Amino acid sequence: MTLKPILLGATALAGFASMAMAERGADGHVNVIYWQAPSIMNPYLSGGTKEIEAASLVIEPLGRYNEKGEMVPYLAEEIPTVENGGVAEDLKSITWKIKPGLKWSDGTAFTATDVKFTADYCMNPEGGCAQLAKFEGVESVEVIDDLTVKVNFADAQPNPYGPFMGGQSPIIQAAQYAECTGARASECAEENFAPIGTGPFKVDEFRPNDVISLSANPEYRDPAKPAFATMTFKGGGDATAAGRAVLETGEFDYAWNLQLAPDVIANMEEAGQGEALAAFGTLVERIEVNLTNPSPDLPEGERATAAHPHPFLTDPDVRKALSMAIDRVLLTEIGYGQAGRPTCDWVPGPDAYAANNTHCLEQDIAGANALLDGAGWIDSDGDGIRDKDGVELSLLFQTSTNAVRQDFQALIKQWWSEIGVETELRNISASVFFGGDPGSPDTFQKFYADVEMYANLFDGTDPQNYLASRTCDKAPRPATQWQGENINRFCDPAYDELVKELGRTAELSKRAEIAIKLNNMITKEQNVIIPLVHRGRVSAKSNTLGGVILNVWDTELWNAADWYRIKE
Amino acid sequence: MLTYTIRRLVLSVPTLLFISLVIFLLLELAPGDPMAQVPLTVPPEVKERMREALGLGEPTHIRFGKWMYQFFVVEPMMLIDHIFGTALAEGQQRVLSWQFRSPVMDVIIQRMPQTLWVVAMSYVVGILIALPIGIYSAYRQYSLFDQAGTFITMVGYSVPPFFSGVLVIVIFSVQLGWLPSIYDTTLEVVDWETFKKQILQMVMPVMVLALQTTAQISRFMRASMLDNLNQDYVRTARAKGLSEWAVVMVHVLRNSMIPVVTVIALGVPYIFGGAIITEQIFKVNGLGQLLITAIQANDLPMVQTVTFMIAVLIVFFNIVADVLYGVLDPRIRYD
Repeated sequence: MTLKPILLGATALAGFASMAMAERGADGHVNVIYWQAPSIMNPYLSGGTKEIEAASLVIEPLGRYNEKGEMVPYLAEEIPTVENGGVAEDLKSITWKIKPGLKWSDGTAFTATDVKFTADYCMNPEGGCAQLAKFEGVESVEVIDDLTVKVNFADAQPNPYGPFMGGQSPIIQAAQYAECTGARASECAEENFAPIGTGPFKVDEFRPNDVISLSANPEYRDPAKPAFATMTFKGGGDATAAGRAVLETGEFDYAWNLQLAPDVIANMEEAGQGEALAAFGTLVERIEVNLTNPSPDLPEGERATAAHPHPFLTDPDVRKALSMAIDRVLLTEIGYGQAGRPTCDWVPGPDAYAANNTHCLEQDIAGANALLDGAGWIDSDGDGIRDKDGVELSLLFQTSTNAVRQDFQALIKQWWSEIGVETELRNISASVFFGGDPGSPDTFQKFYADVEMYANLFDGTDPQNYLASRTCDKAPRPATQWQGENINRFCDPAYDELVKELGRTAELSKRAEIAIKLNNMITKEQNVIIPLVHRGRVSAKSNTLGGVILNVWDTELWNAADWYRIKE
Repeated sequence: MLTYTIRRLVLSVPTLLFISLVIFLLLELAPGDPMAQVPLTVPPEVKERMREALGLGEPTHIRFGKWMYQFFVVEPMMLIDHIFGTALAEGQQRVLSWQFRSPVMDVIIQRMPQTLWVVAMSYVVGILIALPIGIYSAYRQYSLFDQAGTFITMVGYSVPPFFSGVLVIVIFSVQLGWLPSIYDTTLEVVDWETFKKQILQMVMPVMVLALQTTAQISRFMRASMLDNLNQDYVRTARAKGLSEWAVVMVHVLRNSMIPVVTVIALGVPYIFGGAIITEQIFKVNGLGQLLITAIQANDLPMVQTVTFMIAVLIVFFNIVADVLYGVLDPRIRYD
């Protein structure tokens, strides 16, 4: 099953449906299940995907990304660009025009003041706002008139679509949140559970980590939408049960993010109650290579820092051989099925930025062996492990605890043993591994191992910040409390220079060209990141739910206003 | 008896204070980070700010002191306010959950009905099934009924709910389509229709949990009955010409109930702990699910409060069990 026919079908049906039943609330009730339950309805206080998704039914940004990663206006009249004059020539400001006549669900008018308030709310230093990164570089937000708001940046911003764009930065109502700024942000339980919004639904009752009851927003801008009068948004359980409730028993209409083994989903689909949808964003499961020496013999504070380069992983041939020995097609088939595809890229999408490399898709053990032989890594002491100048190719390979990852570790260990590399495996509880505690030796940032595996992605559709994460200054080290995104401690002046150039370039095709070059430096040329699987999102919908378009660039519920019941 | 009860209650205060300190320190020392579930796309500086906003920057003893004050002073005042409409706790900081940014107690109270309906009901059902099985199994030891009962209780003991729960869902929800697989916590019983719905959605979780209770208690009941059936007073009672019913159900049963009542009383606190696995399987979202999600999210105030409340109940029901012992058995009086 591919995405295209579903999308075509859905679009065709959507067109048909809007003619057939143009009345708000005509289709009754819809049931949605998220196996991770939302704990709050304010994405500025959580940052978790489940909260952002749930909140997107109620509060909306000025513009969203559609299923192709293109920007579409929501509360704004149009997406400001340099061409239409919305973005200043010097890239230092962006001016949004708001649709006239918008109303909050309590009946009051939506104005530019609310937009400015949202920015101030998140940028308040005491609030602990989770989406602060969206407002990076913002100097001030000005209200020009009731329907015009201008965002001023401190420096030129080639990508000015951070604030108010996408599910992570929706607009909250100034009147409702006036008393909830700064340190008081977390005391406003009532506001955080039932924000007043402009979206298709409003909260009737919110039970944290359990269930949300919603009903159609009477003030929604399209008088014919949403088609559903009420919605139950159930949370909790596990992915299997959520999939079962939609695909097998038909109790629910939509299930989010089914991280299940491929054959499990296929079995459930056979029951004929619904279908699984898949779409791909930018999530890549990868192996990161440590370019510094993590040896426990080194003193704390110098271990795994740039002061001590890695004894053998700094050799590009070794890194390349490690990459060549992996069978990505097999890994994908075992671990992800239709929710994954093998990749050689660190930035696999959106289409404009994807390098679409294919050099690594075929496993090449013989080639890897030849490469290592040529580089002088031979098994001189006959213990089955290659060595050179007394250094053995022996690796510590760590990842988080997760069944698929442990399968991958075992397979990769086997392949690496075939090229004379010894691997010791280690797995760490995800809450510790990703926890970022500078006191713990087991975090992925501290990287006290030779290689490690995890998945990461970037928000929205612009990879600039993601690519900039591998510049020299972003390396985690004691001076930064071990924080930083340059996990490999990769440091190449040419790379840093190119990143700077990307920051100065506004033209899309030029940006894409630079981004692809940067991606290739990290993967194809240097192999400091060994990409494995481009992971997609699988969700399920029942056969009677229409209008669903799975979107990985924004929240999955981005078009819930267009959902409707397919009549028999 | 009364002085004994009072002495025990007074002694439990230092015990509970010590328990609360141990829980707090254990959680403090355990690895993990409340920001671990925040996506990697959120930069570390932002996460650091979020941690500070949660109050994580303060030293351990101050946070423990704050929690003690909030839990033992502010929360009871809230309760008094709620009952008598006073305003004692106005403006006071309550125990706030890190996940929800809302008072921990409010969520606990919200979760109570589901847990009581399902877990407590299963406990009652389990006991009601277990007692007759235990009594009859002992009375007709090694009979066919006893063998069958032993088999079923062994199955109940050894089959974990994550297996039996999923099994019944596959049979009754997927194959037969008789029962819902997802519990609707928003359902309010107002008429026969909703009452029927409530019963239907409770059947599976209650039976899965009751199987375990039944297994445990019927084994206790049977063993205890067997101990008593061979005693001299039973022979005396029969020799007096009492009916079998009077011998078994009056003389033997009362004596046999002593250890069983203790076991039942000691099991009560676990009702309030919820049934973590079964609640997850049927999406009952009661206290058990609350506790496990709080643990996963490293929501320390929530974990601390729920765990401590369970500790209070365990200590309390221990006292209840000891007192009941004295009531049932005149030979044991503590004065």
